[in-house]
Amino acid sequence: MDELYRDFILDHYRSPRNSGTLENPDATFEDDNPLCGDRIRMDLRIQDGVVSDVRFKGRGCAISQASASLLTEAVKGRALSEVAAIGKDEVLGNVGISISPARLKCALLGLKVLKQALAVKYEPSTEEKAYPDGTPS
Amino acid sequence: MSLLTAPPQPSLSAADVARIREDFPILAERPHGLPLVFLDSAASSQKPVQVIDSMDDYYRRYHANIHRGVYHISELATEAYDDARAKVAAFIGAPSADECIYVRNATEGLNLVAYSWGRQHVGPGDTIVLTEMEHHSNLVPWQILAKERQARLRFVRVTPEGLLDLDDLDSLLEGAKVFAFTAVSNTLGTVNPVEHLVERAHAAGAIAVVDACQAVPRMPVDVRRWKCDFMAFSAHKMLGPTGIGILWGRSDLLQGMPPFNSGGGMINVVHLESSTYASPPARFEAGTPAIAEAVGLGAAVDYLQAVGMERIHRYEMELAAGALAQLTQESGVTVYGPHMAARTGVISLTVGDIHAHDLATILDSAGICVRAGHHCNQPLMEKLGVPATTRASFYLYNTPSEVDALMAGIRRAKALFKIS
Repeated sequence: MDELYRDFILDHYRSPRNSGTLENPDATFEDDNPLCGDRIRMDLRIQDGVVSDVRFKGRGCAISQASASLLTEAVKGRALSEVAAIGKDEVLGNVGISISPARLKCALLGLKVLKQALAVKYEPSTEEKAYPDGTPS
Repeated sequence: MSLLTAPPQPSLSAADVARIREDFPILAERPHGLPLVFLDSAASSQKPVQVIDSMDDYYRRYHANIHRGVYHISELATEAYDDARAKVAAFIGAPSADECIYVRNATEGLNLVAYSWGRQHVGPGDTIVLTEMEHHSNLVPWQILAKERQARLRFVRVTPEGLLDLDDLDSLLEGAKVFAFTAVSNTLGTVNPVEHLVERAHAAGAIAVVDACQAVPRMPVDVRRWKCDFMAFSAHKMLGPTGIGILWGRSDLLQGMPPFNSGGGMINVVHLESSTYASPPARFEAGTPAIAEAVGLGAAVDYLQAVGMERIHRYEMELAAGALAQLTQESGVTVYGPHMAARTGVISLTVGDIHAHDLATILDSAGICVRAGHHCNQPLMEKLGVPATTRASFYLYNTPSEVDALMAGIRRAKALFKIS
C-alpha cells in the first residue's frame, strides 16, 4: 500500500497537472468508469501535427486522476503519431506502481479518453474500442 | 409480568458468535495472509455450512426436475422445493405459501410487479410514487413502466440527515396507483416507517410495494403487520444462495395478474392458439426453477430462525452503535445517514479527500472487505454531494474486534494520505 500510494501519486491526485478545460479544443472526449464513477474529460490543442496543449478535468480515485495527470505531461508537445502509439505499458510505466486487475481500469481511464478524443477527431469511422488493452468495457 | 408481554430477547453473546462463525467456512480464509474481515453483507452475505450442505445433498442424492416425474427422487425434489416455500412463508408471516413466488432475486420480483401488475393497472396520467433513496432495482423498472404508459413519477425526498421527508407524503400520494419504497436504505442504513408508509399509500388508494432486501436478512419482518401488498427480497443477502429470491404478493392481487414470463410449468391447458394459466405461484414460475437454490434458501431460513431474528437484529445494532461511536470520534471521517434510533448496521462513510475506491483498496490490503462506489444509488449520491462512499455492513458473524480492525484500517489510510 505504501508503494501504491506513493507521494508523487498523491501529489498528482491533489495537484493535478494541466487541470481544466480548453476553449474550442481541437479534440475532446469525456468518459467514465461506471463501476466506480471515475470521470475524466480531456481537451487537446493540436498544431502542425503536434499536441501543443492539453487539459483534463475529472473526479475519481487517486489512481485514475494521478494517471491522467501523468498522461497529460507525457503527451504535451509530442507528435500525434507518437501519441497514437502510447499504450498501456507506457501509461503504467509512468504511474510506476503495480496495479491490481481490479484497479487497472482506473489507471487506464485517462488513456481511453485520450484515444477516443483522437479517434473522434481523426478517425471518425473507427468503431469505438473498448479499453486500450483490449479488455471489454 | 403480563403474560402478553414477551420477555425481551437477549442479543448474541461472544460465545454465540464464536459458534456461529464456525458454521461459515469462508471465515477461515486468509486473504493476503490475514484474517478475513467481511463487512460487505449488505451486498451479499456469506453462507453457513448448513446451506452449502443442503444444496450439495440435493445434487448428490435427489436431483430431478420437479412437478414432472412420478418417480421417487422427483417427488423428493418437489417436496423439498415446496417445503422451502412454506418455510419462507412462515418466516415472513405470509398467510399462505402460495403467495410466495420464487424469482431470481429481488430485482426480478420488483420487475414482475412493474410489468405484470403495472401494465394492467397503470395508464396515461397515472402517478407512481417512489423515494429518492431507492436502489436502482426499485427505480428503473418504474421508470420504464412510466415511460411506456405515459405515467408520472413522483419522489419522496430524503432529508439531509438521510430520513424520508414525510411532510408532504399525502399530497405526493394523491391519486397515486403505486407507492414503491425500500424498508431499509442499502446506502444509508435508514430504517423507514413501513407500516406508516403502507397506511398512507392505502389511504390514497395506492398499492404499497416494499423492497425488503435489506430488511428481511436483519430484522423480524411480518407482512401481516406491515399490511403491504407486495414485498421482494433476495436469498443471497440472508445466508442463502445467489440466483433465488422471493416476491410475496397478496393473494387476491396475484390471482388477477397476467404472467410475467411464460412457458412450461405455468399453464393449465395449452392449445396451438391459446392457453390457460395456472394459479399463483406456478403462474409466475415458468420453466425449470432454481431447485437447489430453493433448498438452500429453506436451509438459510432454518438457520436464521434457529438463531432468532430478534437476537440477530439486536446484535447487529450493538455492532453498528459501537462502530458509529468510534467513527464519529475519528477526525476526518464523515458518516452519512441518520441517528442510531432510525438506522441499522449499514454505514456509509468518507474519509477526508480519499476516494472510496482508494479507501477500499487500502482496507482490502488489511483483509477487510467493504463496498465502495455509488451502491446502485446514483440519485442519492448526487443528493449527498459525493461521487461515492465506502460502506461497511455488519451481520451476525461479525465481531467487535472486526469493528476495531476497520478503525485501524481507516487510520492507516489516513496516514498514507497524510490526513490528520
